[in-house]
Amino acid sequence: MSAPILDVENLRVTFPTYQGFVDVVRGVSFSLGRERLGIVGESGSGKSLTGRSIMRLVPSPGRVSADRLSFVGMDLLKVPEKEMPKIRGKRISMVLQDPKFSLNPVMTVGQQIEEAFRLHVARDRALARAKSIEALKAVKIRDPEAVYHLYPHQLSGGMGQRVMIAMMLIPEPQLLIADEPTSALDVTVQLQVLAILDDLVRERGMSLILISHDLGMVSAFCDRVMIMYAGKVVETVKASELHQVQHPYAKGLLASSPRLGDDRPELPVLQRDASWAR
Amino acid sequence: MTAPMIEIDGLGISFGKGARRLNAVRDVSLSIAEGEAFGLVGESGSGKSTVLNAVAGLIGDYSGTIRIGGAVVSLSRSHAQRRLIQMVFQDPYGSLHPRHTVDKILSEPARIHGLTNVEKRVERALADVGLKPEHRFRFPHQLSGGQRQRVAIARAIVLEPRVLLLDEPTSALDVSVQAEVLNLLRRLRRERGFTTIMVSHNLAVVSYMCGRLAVMNRGRILETLASADLAAGRFDHAYTRQLFRASSGYDRELLQDLWEEA
Repeated sequence: MSAPILDVENLRVTFPTYQGFVDVVRGVSFSLGRERLGIVGESGSGKSLTGRSIMRLVPSPGRVSADRLSFVGMDLLKVPEKEMPKIRGKRISMVLQDPKFSLNPVMTVGQQIEEAFRLHVARDRALARAKSIEALKAVKIRDPEAVYHLYPHQLSGGMGQRVMIAMMLIPEPQLLIADEPTSALDVTVQLQVLAILDDLVRERGMSLILISHDLGMVSAFCDRVMIMYAGKVVETVKASELHQVQHPYAKGLLASSPRLGDDRPELPVLQRDASWAR
Repeated sequence: MTAPMIEIDGLGISFGKGARRLNAVRDVSLSIAEGEAFGLVGESGSGKSTVLNAVAGLIGDYSGTIRIGGAVVSLSRSHAQRRLIQMVFQDPYGSLHPRHTVDKILSEPARIHGLTNVEKRVERALADVGLKPEHRFRFPHQLSGGQRQRVAIARAIVLEPRVLLLDEPTSALDVSVQAEVLNLLRRLRRERGFTTIMVSHNLAVVSYMCGRLAVMNRGRILETLASADLAAGRFDHAYTRQLFRASSGYDRELLQDLWEEA
């Protein structure tokens, strides 16, 4: 295997509370090559904070520490904050959950995408415009010239999410972190957005981290799946071998969602065990 | 055969006027028997929630007729008619009053309807949805998402309705919590014999919960079929096939079709 793009060892995120320090992410280690990695877990399992630590976007007063957090050989924890904009958005980008909240409501789609290009690539306005239209085309927006002039509230959810992907991809990052990119969308639209991500990851040889609570979707889309519980990685499996998971939490998750043609009289409810969190 | 519990005939609902007029629901007819569990599936904007809202009496301006328990209903309903039908909404974070305790949330509908024994009813509703007495005097923000949805269900059943309308009751919840709420709803239905209409875009959830379902797209019902037929892949409509395949996971081939259609 080639050298990993991202190497994380013993990542911890700590928040101070009145009861003392609480570790929200507790010693997560993984390495990522040119692949699609899924991170699955329930609300509060620390999956989003893991993604945010890589971008150095953990909100204060949260503190991030790790034995190693290196991105193509660079130690992300030692990069001065002033240098971060050259990495964040440019070499690592992030797609967030809900386009309604994460696009700027008072800028047109075109302006926002151009901004990403001008900040990270070149200051040429005409070129930025041409590239923005091209980026909108790349995410299969049918009439990019018209969409360019629209405001985010004029877009549907699926379109908004595609605009966000276009914006994130314009600096051609090496790593894309997608945090629940499709959970606000319909099933059919979900597939379209995933397909766009899939194509772009393949064509540009990017690495992808897909964070989601939907085990089925992640396992169908990613190469590897990492299952998190209470701030820890409880198991990492190949997506194709998901049905062979060992950890009771992962097994419980798989069993508790209904399938088409399910005739079980009752769904097994996840019985939590205090020892999982240890 | 007895008369159907809910009968919708030629329902049409539109919003806006003139050029901006949007026909949200077009010519929808349904007949749901007493005690039946019926599902409505479709993507956002297909009109499934609008149908539910009209049945609940939240939308007054429609064409066609809605009959509940044999009687034609309109926007202005008597207390007795309102009590017959209760609804559980999608978002447990938005549908509970943030400054009312669980006790107040549950006793208010009972008082409005002039029921006696409010105390007992609230206790019973709480126990029925699997909440403990200590939850009774908490505020919604002190409860988890799953517990809040239990409170919303308790609020619906405290009036002992005969029809329960469920609008995406689990889509805001984690998978593990979803299983608990689905089990709860199935148990309540078994014990109390509710007629239910459930709206969801998750085919697996709807077919697990309902015996029959209707597939909606752009305000129309494309087809009505038994859940067993859906699971076995016995359906006629191309759109149903799309939904069916989309919910079986990420599938490259399907996308080709989707793009061509878009």
